[in-house]
Amino acid sequence: MSQANAYRDPDAAHRLIAEIRDAAMDTVRIMEFCGGHTHAIMRYGLRQALAPQVRMLSGPGCPVCVTDDREIDHAIALAHLPGVTVATFGDMMRVPGTRESLLDARAHGAQVEMVYSALDAIALAQKDPERQVVMLGIGFETTAPTVAASILQAQRANLSNYSVLSLHKLTPPAMRAILDAGEVRVDAVLGPGHVSTITGVAAWRFLPRQYGISCAVSGFEPLDMLRAVRDLVWAVNDAPRVSNAYARGVAETGNPVAQRIMGQVFAVGSTAWRGLGEIPESGLAIREDYAAFDARRRFDVSEALARPGRSAHERGCRCGEVLRAVIEPDACPLFGTGCTPARPVGPCMVSGEGACAAYYRYGGNLEA
Amino acid sequence: MCLAIPLRVAAINEDKASVELGGVLREVSTMLTPEVRVGDYVLVHTGFCISVLDEQEAQETLALFAELAEAERELIMQEAQQDSTPSAEAS
Repeated sequence: MSQANAYRDPDAAHRLIAEIRDAAMDTVRIMEFCGGHTHAIMRYGLRQALAPQVRMLSGPGCPVCVTDDREIDHAIALAHLPGVTVATFGDMMRVPGTRESLLDARAHGAQVEMVYSALDAIALAQKDPERQVVMLGIGFETTAPTVAASILQAQRANLSNYSVLSLHKLTPPAMRAILDAGEVRVDAVLGPGHVSTITGVAAWRFLPRQYGISCAVSGFEPLDMLRAVRDLVWAVNDAPRVSNAYARGVAETGNPVAQRIMGQVFAVGSTAWRGLGEIPESGLAIREDYAAFDARRRFDVSEALARPGRSAHERGCRCGEVLRAVIEPDACPLFGTGCTPARPVGPCMVSGEGACAAYYRYGGNLEA
Repeated sequence: MCLAIPLRVAAINEDKASVELGGVLREVSTMLTPEVRVGDYVLVHTGFCISVLDEQEAQETLALFAELAEAERELIMQEAQQDSTPSAEAS
């Protein structure tokens, strides 16, 4: 049996599901923080397989989805500046700002390049020294160290035409914000696997300590996720704790090199999240020492941003409530009619990690 | 966005590693995982190794899953035997 198949063995999956069903005394409500988990859970049909004993709730863990409209406008304004190329991960291309998306902007003549890695953006800057290349720094703890590393690389290479618009965000403060709001009952949290490779399992210890709820860090294979859910159901019956169901990839204290590089380049500050509002100590801004690589300092686009168009929210989009798990995607009146993957209104329908895109693709509502 | 895939390191050159992806070698940065060695499996995210997979932990997880699968198959066998016993009597 190949390695991948060993993590997807149907007999082991049936056993785990049976054990979860036997152990769950009441409906256990588990929030999967990460959008990657949302898609994997739906792709393998685990929501249906675990219902009604376990109810999976989709959390805010999609970096593109939680990026504010105004931040997208900022990226687009940069792309419209003469001599500037905006480099972005593909997910961001079709997310609408208040007037247009980066894809629309490109159609209107702006220079927008899709990149797979921040290092590809560095290569673009090296290839064309006459152009300013701005990398859109989107992503959680998983991605932020890679973008920080690109800034260190640009500094070593003495690049004067590379900068970053940092929209990076930290995940534990968002989890806190959801729990503090108290809008939804969450019994346990499926911890994000790849964020945790960087932060370590230690980042989630506040959940049992301060909120009395359990967390199991999980990989993305079906058996990884089922094993983590079983850990959580056991913990709910027993005592709140944090467990690591992804020990092959995640260490207790995470990746110290990545943490150091991230801390060297970025300072933690307050930032606005779509749906969750301003959250203290949840954003990463470029430190003074690296000001030369900060697109916010390098380019003034305040005039272009002074007159925003209508926000997605004003156009009827309910992504904010979807991100807080207050509503399921198909409760939004735009879902599947006014908002589809081909013509999205909100980011949750665009992103490969968005809950609306997952529901649209795999069908979601258990009551339907 | 937080997608990362496990790949095997075929060669290392300074702060770059060649990893095998679908039979093709691709270069990724090891700036975040300087401890990586040839032969290791790494998680690759946006062109960077972000974690070196722990072989022993992987084996333990696979052993656990194999045990669960075995338990399930035994249950299925037992149920099949129970089902077949009365029908054998009937015939």
